[in-house]
Amino acid sequence: MLSIFQRMGRAVLDALRGMGRMGTFFATSLYWTVKPPLKFGRVLRQISFIGSKSIPLIVLTGGFTGMILGLQVYYTLRKFGAEAYLGPAVALSLIRELGPVLSALMITGRAGSAIAAEIGIMRISEQVDALESMSLSPFRYLMTPNLIASLFSFPLLGAIFNVVGIYGGYIVGVRLLGLSSGTYFSGIQDFVEMGDVTDSLIKSACFGIIVFLVCCYQGYYTRHGAEGVSRATTTAVVMASTLILVWDYFLNSVMI
Amino acid sequence: MSRYSVEVSVGIFVLVGAIALGYLSIKLGKLEVLGGGGYNVVAEFDDIGGLKAGSNVEIAGVEVGRVTGIALDNYQARVTIRMNAGVELQDDAIAAIRTKGLIGEKFISITPGGSEDIIKDGGKLRETESAIDFEKLISNYVFGKV
Repeated sequence: MLSIFQRMGRAVLDALRGMGRMGTFFATSLYWTVKPPLKFGRVLRQISFIGSKSIPLIVLTGGFTGMILGLQVYYTLRKFGAEAYLGPAVALSLIRELGPVLSALMITGRAGSAIAAEIGIMRISEQVDALESMSLSPFRYLMTPNLIASLFSFPLLGAIFNVVGIYGGYIVGVRLLGLSSGTYFSGIQDFVEMGDVTDSLIKSACFGIIVFLVCCYQGYYTRHGAEGVSRATTTAVVMASTLILVWDYFLNSVMI
Repeated sequence: MSRYSVEVSVGIFVLVGAIALGYLSIKLGKLEVLGGGGYNVVAEFDDIGGLKAGSNVEIAGVEVGRVTGIALDNYQARVTIRMNAGVELQDDAIAAIRTKGLIGEKFISITPGGSEDIIKDGGKLRETESAIDFEKLISNYVFGKV
């Protein structure tokens, strides 16, 4: 009987400790981010890894998301005889919701998992300890470049996703389903406002922080060898994806 | 990967991203980067209905400017319009608030006048026509004021 309560208490305490460690981890990363000197070469390398190399993936997923939206929304709008609003419907759902969220999920799968695994392997092969023993901060070499690169790459990738998606919707709506291209684009211009675009960017930046935080944290606190690395990577991806959707809801309820 | 190719790939990424961002905010979000040419005109309405800052201003259905500000002045709505450069307005032009379709958004439709005098920057459109209020219209009809 006692052991059940013990286990419950242990679980609660572990969860609390995890949250606390994550908070301290984030605060330490922020501290090392604002503290010069910045490892600019490493920042560039991470932007290249998280950003540049994700472009093909983002273009592909963005294009198909826009095309699916074009098809689905056209099908729905036709029931009301409101096909003319296909453009705004596609553009607003992309810019306000799907662009930031889907691009963040794709980057989590591509780059987030790799970051968690890389730092995890450095941890279990004691390279992180080696850095510390040379009195070099692992935060300056590993975390800060990732944080800056995520903050920088996510909004840009989100914007690329939106634009490609809008043109994907254009291909389906205008080229395949025969809407006029003037209706499509002028509708978008009438209904999309600057506020929608900035909301989209803010969301992307927030998701960038979440993905960085979860993936680096999981990698940094990896234990127990190869199995630990695999567990850290899986947890990082699952947790980051879930947090993106949860955080998305709260951000939306504040923004709308 | 050498430092050079890393920098090139980051450069490509930033360029593509900046183009996408610029397209979203300038083309779609209507962000005014350049104040550009153009001039301001003021018009006073009794009732502007659902007109908002950013609404279109049209002559013969062609967009010639945007509403930039709405304020209350002596219990009348004072609307500031930014007209595109090259579009001239006579001082007896009529500004009317119209609706796109039945439930569409409000815009200002300007009917050119015949006067010789052209409105200058900061000038005022004297002739205005308020938004049509459907409920008022119906109540006028029902209570026999038409």
